[in-house]
Amino acid sequence: MSMNTQGRITAPTKINYNVSKSFSGNKALEQATKLIFETGNFNKTGIDFPAAKGLEYRLGGLEQKKDIELPGLSEPEILRHYVRLSQKNYAIDLGVYPLGSCTMKHNPRLNEKIARLPGFADVHPLQPISTVQGALELMYELSNWLTKLCNMPAVALTPKAGAHGELCGMMTIRARLDADGNSHKRRVFVPESAHGTNPATAVQCGFFVDELPANDKGCIDMKVLRSKVNELGENNDIAGIMLTNPNTCGLFESEIIEISELIHSAGGYFYCDGANFNALVGRVRPGDLGVDAMHINLHKTFSTPHGGGGPGSGPTVLSEALKDFAPVPYVIKDKLGYYSLVEEIDEMSMGRLCAFHGQMGMYSRALSYLMSHGRDGLKQATEDAVLNANYILASLSDLMSPAYSGHCMHEVLFDDTFLKNTGIDTIDFAKAMIDEGYHPMTMYFPLVVHGAMLIEPTESESKYELDRFIHTMRGLAKKAKNGDVESFKSAPQYAPTKRLDETLAARKPILRYDA
Amino acid sequence: MRYLPLDNKDRSQMLGAIGVKDIEDLFECIPKQARSSELFDLPCHKPESEVEKYMIRLSDKSINASSVPFFCGAGAYKHHVPSSVDHLIQRSEFLTAYTPYQPEISQGTLQVLFEFQSQVAILTGMEVANASMYDGSTACAEAVVMAKRVTKKHKAIIAPGLHPHYSLATKTLASSVDIDVCVLDSEISSDYEVIDLINDETACIVVQSPNVFGEIVDLTPIAEKAHQHKALLIAVFTEPVALGLIKPPGEQGADIVVGEGQGIGVGLNFGGPHVGLFACNKKLVRQMPGRICGETIDADGNRAFVLTLSTREQHIRRDKATSNICTNSGLCCLAFSIHMSLLGGKGLRKLAILNHEKANLLAARIDKINGAKVLNSSFFNEFAVELDKCAEDVVDSLASKNILGGVPFSRLNKAGAKDILLICATEIVDQHDIDTLCSALEEELR
Amino acid sequence: MSIYFTKDHEWININQKEGVVGISSHAASQLGDVVFVELPEIGKTLESGEELAVVESVKAASEVYSPVSGKVLSVNKELEENPQIVNESPFEDGWFVKISISDLNELKGLMNQDEYNVYCDES
Repeated sequence: MSMNTQGRITAPTKINYNVSKSFSGNKALEQATKLIFETGNFNKTGIDFPAAKGLEYRLGGLEQKKDIELPGLSEPEILRHYVRLSQKNYAIDLGVYPLGSCTMKHNPRLNEKIARLPGFADVHPLQPISTVQGALELMYELSNWLTKLCNMPAVALTPKAGAHGELCGMMTIRARLDADGNSHKRRVFVPESAHGTNPATAVQCGFFVDELPANDKGCIDMKVLRSKVNELGENNDIAGIMLTNPNTCGLFESEIIEISELIHSAGGYFYCDGANFNALVGRVRPGDLGVDAMHINLHKTFSTPHGGGGPGSGPTVLSEALKDFAPVPYVIKDKLGYYSLVEEIDEMSMGRLCAFHGQMGMYSRALSYLMSHGRDGLKQATEDAVLNANYILASLSDLMSPAYSGHCMHEVLFDDTFLKNTGIDTIDFAKAMIDEGYHPMTMYFPLVVHGAMLIEPTESESKYELDRFIHTMRGLAKKAKNGDVESFKSAPQYAPTKRLDETLAARKPILRYDA
Repeated sequence: MRYLPLDNKDRSQMLGAIGVKDIEDLFECIPKQARSSELFDLPCHKPESEVEKYMIRLSDKSINASSVPFFCGAGAYKHHVPSSVDHLIQRSEFLTAYTPYQPEISQGTLQVLFEFQSQVAILTGMEVANASMYDGSTACAEAVVMAKRVTKKHKAIIAPGLHPHYSLATKTLASSVDIDVCVLDSEISSDYEVIDLINDETACIVVQSPNVFGEIVDLTPIAEKAHQHKALLIAVFTEPVALGLIKPPGEQGADIVVGEGQGIGVGLNFGGPHVGLFACNKKLVRQMPGRICGETIDADGNRAFVLTLSTREQHIRRDKATSNICTNSGLCCLAFSIHMSLLGGKGLRKLAILNHEKANLLAARIDKINGAKVLNSSFFNEFAVELDKCAEDVVDSLASKNILGGVPFSRLNKAGAKDILLICATEIVDQHDIDTLCSALEEELR
Repeated sequence: MSIYFTKDHEWININQKEGVVGISSHAASQLGDVVFVELPEIGKTLESGEELAVVESVKAASEVYSPVSGKVLSVNKELEENPQIVNESPFEDGWFVKISISDLNELKGLMNQDEYNVYCDES
């Protein structure tokens, strides 16, 4: 049986809590909120409609005569319901959100204003091209920024999320390989530290994964890669490599140029996962590293909001070797400055990834951010992101256990060595952070380190916020070493809920309301 | 720079604490040939006012849907979104929150997802729904890949009435995992042709209703034939408001229902972000892609919500995941759910009837115009009109008169009929709009 | 009846040319609370080391590999409704699969109870 080696605990702990409760179920500003199905009813609606004319239907006899059993609520009730729910969420606007690899930076409010301008928000994707010149120009401008920042000749804007961008990049690689008569090349090297989307994407594109171990410095073991490539020889089946840089341990792959040369010499392509672009933008250009395709997470590096899990946007920059295989549609500009969309799929293009033209709502926000920062601001932001992460590393390395020695880039990785013999696990430490007013860092990822804790502060944190955060982490580390096991195991105590029974949720899934 | 809280005093103090002299020391790990020394050919930072001015100029270069008579549909629909929706989705705790991986401090997001899933399941007539996909087209593609996993068969049949963008997106995803996608040629009422093509090798049949021409398809006979051959029926919709008046696909025998939820709560946004809906029956739930929220209890025995069945997903299963999906449509789900909660079942029915009546009136008017003929025998709020002229030319000419008069079918499929115009009338259309469109059309077709 | 163990923590209890396969208590406790078990089709033929089943906890999914080459004779349907039996009784009620063994020589490559205990202590 393949074993769970990350040290992740999966059974709920049984602890007795002695917190006295209110009899209403409310806790001061935190209000108990039932489901809309329990507070609304099927006959209520919070929207006014003019009376119907009572015309005969032309529905082909397929009308639904039964009532639709969905609850409705009036406007005041809706406001109460959702405002109450909102108060149970942590948010970037509330405090440090140190999730490694997620880049939880500030979401500028100008972005929201710009995204709502009618020429971007209230235009239909299939209006005549002459009526959407402004929207197309915005997309063209964004492409300009992204290609210049990456030093790549082209960008496919349409992918709707990072993982979708990975699909785009890997499918263009596959299209190129097939066009060259190399459809036997289906091997993709993926480091064991990679984000789960990488191997999932490779398989979804019809490739198979050859996992690469990390060396003791947390980077790709070049010896292993070189020997694998040499062994596979001239008629190899290498399609390419998928690397994150800096990698998921927060470290720059120092041998990246050698890696890209090696892969290229074997007839493969270099896909870069751009999730950690926040460590490089404005200072390092992926095109200079030999990258053939890289997706950019607009919702990470370029400040579009996380929205509770989405929507994302994953434009993918492409090298000279791959640009002709890009998906449709894309924006072009003619000599007279007129913009249009290429929507027809030619023989080379990998096809269409999704309906319409991509995430306009995210393009307007990202361009607003890019213009606000400019080339100087982006460089400064990157430097501040790396500075902040190293400040945290320096301030915690005596009490916690950094997984690797030396400086980090924009995120810092700790393992659970410092918790050894305390009886406290990474997850307990994380839940204790909640009580101290912080969203926990990324836990148990990357998989190469035991009990991983990955912290990414981003450039949006002031020194005051960082010092507060560091003070809390130091306090918790000391508390853990002092053996205060019960308080960690019973955390969180102050959050809207205690720890949840995730086992029950998975064994007996209840996925919707049933009366 | 207004988004960067550190000042130079902070920076030098922090560099001191780290034990380096200069920020460059922290970038030493980057090989020299990778360090970009040239200045990027991009402008420097700008204040809010300048960015705004630039953007407003750009925005003004387009004709927006609220400012003119508007009749475009073809997969994206303009409905009135109540003001509360936009206010609520801009609350910090919804806008700037992340995926609810720490459920104790994400019950707001999680309860919304649970309510959303319930609404989608009820609307589609299915047993369970997930917490959304990127959009309808990728949901459709993922459903076909799911059908291969479930049936272990490789052939997918796509009815001619499926939105061409959806067929293309499906082909792109499905063919990379060796699914043989057979797309029938688009014609107005031959979705039922799929029935004869279903055999024991079929994994799934994909049928859209109302289809891209607006025709409402009876899924029941297709479902029956599919089930005889142990194939799955994937029902697709692009206009969720249609489910306010038409029999839900779940009641017609669909095994998986996918569609676009944009019509409820989410604006046009020039094509994105939208929100993909995905629902299926309980026995297939472990093969369903995307995030799923479930109900449970906390250590105090109180009801709470949590992301569950995560072992299907990429962060656990990696190369064996059901899909590589990580993100859902978060904020758009919230918008959909808020609008849906304001509507309720009664409101949705009223809204649907309003839409159908507008389209009814418009279709009757258009049928009287010389050179225009409504092709549909049934429709919800969108129908196909055969013109005596090239539809693209007519639409361009209407646009020059500030009328957005529908979508030429050839815009979706270059090889398709050049004389078919897809016209949609939602509740936002009023008499003035109808009169303006019809007189302009009369003039065009004279 | 004799019980053998693999390096991947599967056990197989042999009775002549048939074996009952499950996972050890060490494996089950490492996995955490089992929430779902995906069992193979009856009649499926397997090579030694090939994926036999998948066992899921809340945060992990682990492949269970077949200790021997053979054919699946029956599967433990109880695990569908009550996957927690794997945690409660990994060696008895929590069995996964009954398999016919095509080559008894393969057993030579497996560990007995004592050897497995030593192996667990060492890793």
